[in-house]
Amino acid sequence: MRPVYMISGGITKFAKAHPEKDFRLMVREAYDYALRDIPRLTTDMIDGAVGSYFSDHFTRQLKAASMAQDYLGLCPRPSKRIEGGGATGGLCFQSAWEAVASGRMSCCVAFGFETMSRVNTWKGNEFIALASDTNFDFPVGGFYTGYYAMMVRRHMHQFGTTVEQMAMVSVKNHVNALYNPYAQNAKRLTIKQVRESPMVATPLTMEDICTMSDGAAVCLLGSEEIAAKVCDRPVKVTGVGSGSDAMRMADRPHGKVLLLPHERESDYAHLKYPGVHSFRGGRMAAKLAYRMAGISNPREELGFVELHDAYTSSEIQTYEDLGLCKYGEGGRFVESGIPFMPGVDYGLELPRQGRLPVNPSGGLLACGHPVGATGLMQAVFAFWQLQDTIGRHLGNPTLQVQGAKRGLIHSHAGTGTYITVSILEAV
Amino acid sequence: MSSEPLIIHDHYEIDYRHSYAQDSPFFVGLSKGKLLGSRCPACRYTYATPRSHCMECGAPTEWHELPKTGRIHTFTTCYYGGELFLKETPFTLILVEFDGVDTLFLSRLKGLPPDAVRIGLPVVARFAKTPSFKVTDVWFEPVGGPA
Repeated sequence: MRPVYMISGGITKFAKAHPEKDFRLMVREAYDYALRDIPRLTTDMIDGAVGSYFSDHFTRQLKAASMAQDYLGLCPRPSKRIEGGGATGGLCFQSAWEAVASGRMSCCVAFGFETMSRVNTWKGNEFIALASDTNFDFPVGGFYTGYYAMMVRRHMHQFGTTVEQMAMVSVKNHVNALYNPYAQNAKRLTIKQVRESPMVATPLTMEDICTMSDGAAVCLLGSEEIAAKVCDRPVKVTGVGSGSDAMRMADRPHGKVLLLPHERESDYAHLKYPGVHSFRGGRMAAKLAYRMAGISNPREELGFVELHDAYTSSEIQTYEDLGLCKYGEGGRFVESGIPFMPGVDYGLELPRQGRLPVNPSGGLLACGHPVGATGLMQAVFAFWQLQDTIGRHLGNPTLQVQGAKRGLIHSHAGTGTYITVSILEAV
Repeated sequence: MSSEPLIIHDHYEIDYRHSYAQDSPFFVGLSKGKLLGSRCPACRYTYATPRSHCMECGAPTEWHELPKTGRIHTFTTCYYGGELFLKETPFTLILVEFDGVDTLFLSRLKGLPPDAVRIGLPVVARFAKTPSFKVTDVWFEPVGGPA
C-alpha cells in the first residue's frame, strides 16, 4: 500500500429539495467546486471514479452513478457504484482510498448523492426500512427510528443515559450549523424544545432525528506525487477501518467487549456486549483505523470527530464505540461539554466545553442526511478543518477547530450493520 | 432558455413472488400456534429468530420450539412510521427475550398502554386465528391478559 492524500473536496448545500437540479447536476456542482480549489489539477490527471448513492427506490433510475460519470466527462475511465445503506458515503471514500493505495489509480474521484425529496417523508421512511430484514423485521412495523429507539431504550436501562443528555446533542449540532451555510437545519434550540417537539418513537422526538435531504458531495484522493504537484495543503488518510454486525438487531450477541488499546477487560467485567445498546461494527472499525494510524488513546490523540448522528442517541452510543469515553459514559461525556465547540454559546452550562469537538459541522442532525453524500460530506468538512480553511469555505471561521492536526470521520448504516472509520491528518 | 423546473407525478407499483425458502417452517409454525427458533447442534447456540446456519460456528441448525412466554428486553411506541404502517400508529414494538435462548425476537406488543410498558415485563405470544403467513401472525400481550 502506498500513502493516500485527500487533495480537494466540494459539496452542494443540503436542502429538503433541489427541484431545479437533478443528481447529475448536484454532483457536477460539488465536483466543480473541488476542481476550482486545486487549479493545477487537470482532468486528464484523474484516473477514475467511485460513485455512491443508497437507494434505487429514491432514484428510480438504476445505474444512476453511470449517468453522473458521463455528466462529469469521466468516461471511459474506470467507475463503479458503492452501496452500503447509511454508510454508503464512508464506504465510497474508502473505496477511492483503496484505488489509490493499491496503485491502481493515482487520482480517484469519490462522488456521492441522494435525492430523497422525490417521495414524501413517510414513503422515504418505508424505503429506508426496506434496509431491514423484510421477512422478520420490516413487516412488524418497519421504521428505523423505532429500531434506534429500542436500542437507546436499552442504553438508558443499562447505563442510566437520559433524554436530556440526548437533547444536548441536538442543541449542540443544530447550533454548530448556524455557522455552516451548507447545512439544512441550523437553529438555536433548548433541551426543553427538543423534548417538546413531536414524539416520533419513544423516547426519540423530531429534534432527536435527522431529516431527509437532497445533496451531493465530492472528494478527490491522490497519491503522494499527485498531491505534491497540485495541492498546497493536502491531508493524509492515515487510517481506514470498517466493521459489520448482524442485519437483525435481535440476533446481536451478548458477549465480551471488543477492547481498544487504552481499555482493559476489567473495565467491562459485567457488560454483555454489544446487545442492542452498542454498535460492535463501529468498535471494530475504530479498532482497525486506530491500529493503522498508530492511535493508542483516541481521546488524547484526535482533534475533532465528524460522526454519523442520524439520531442524538447514536451520537452518544458512538462516543463509546470510538473510545472517546468508556461504554456507559456517553451521556455524561456530552454533559461535560467535551464534544461541544469552544467559544460558541449554546445556552448550556458546559464545564469542559470544547476539549474534543464532535460534529463541528452540525452533523447529520443539522446538515441533513442525503445518504450517499453524507459520508463524503464528513470527509470534506474534515479536510477543510485540517487545511485550516473552514473560514474560507464556510464564509466564517467560527467552526474552525484551532490547531487540529488529526480528525476522525465515521459513517454508519442501519442499526450498525456496516460502519466505517477513517483517520485524516494534516501534513 | 430558462424556466421553472417542470415536476410531474409518476406512479409505480409491483407485485413480487416471494419465497420464504428455508425459513418457511417458521411461518407455517405460526399458523399452528408455534414459535420456532433455531438451535445449533454443534455449539448449542439458540436463536429466537430462526436461521438455518449458525452465525457463531457455521454448522447447519435444527428447528427449536421457543417458550410461549418471555420478557420485554426493550421497547418503543411509534407515533409515526413508514407509509405502509402510518395508519396503524401508535403501535408498540418490543424485542422479546426467552429463558434458555441466546438471541431476541422482534414483535408487536398489544394490550398495554404505552406508558405502562417496562423492560423485564413478562409477555406471552398470541397467534392470528386466520394466518396471513407473515411474521405479524404472532404478537405479544402482557402475561395475565391486557391491562
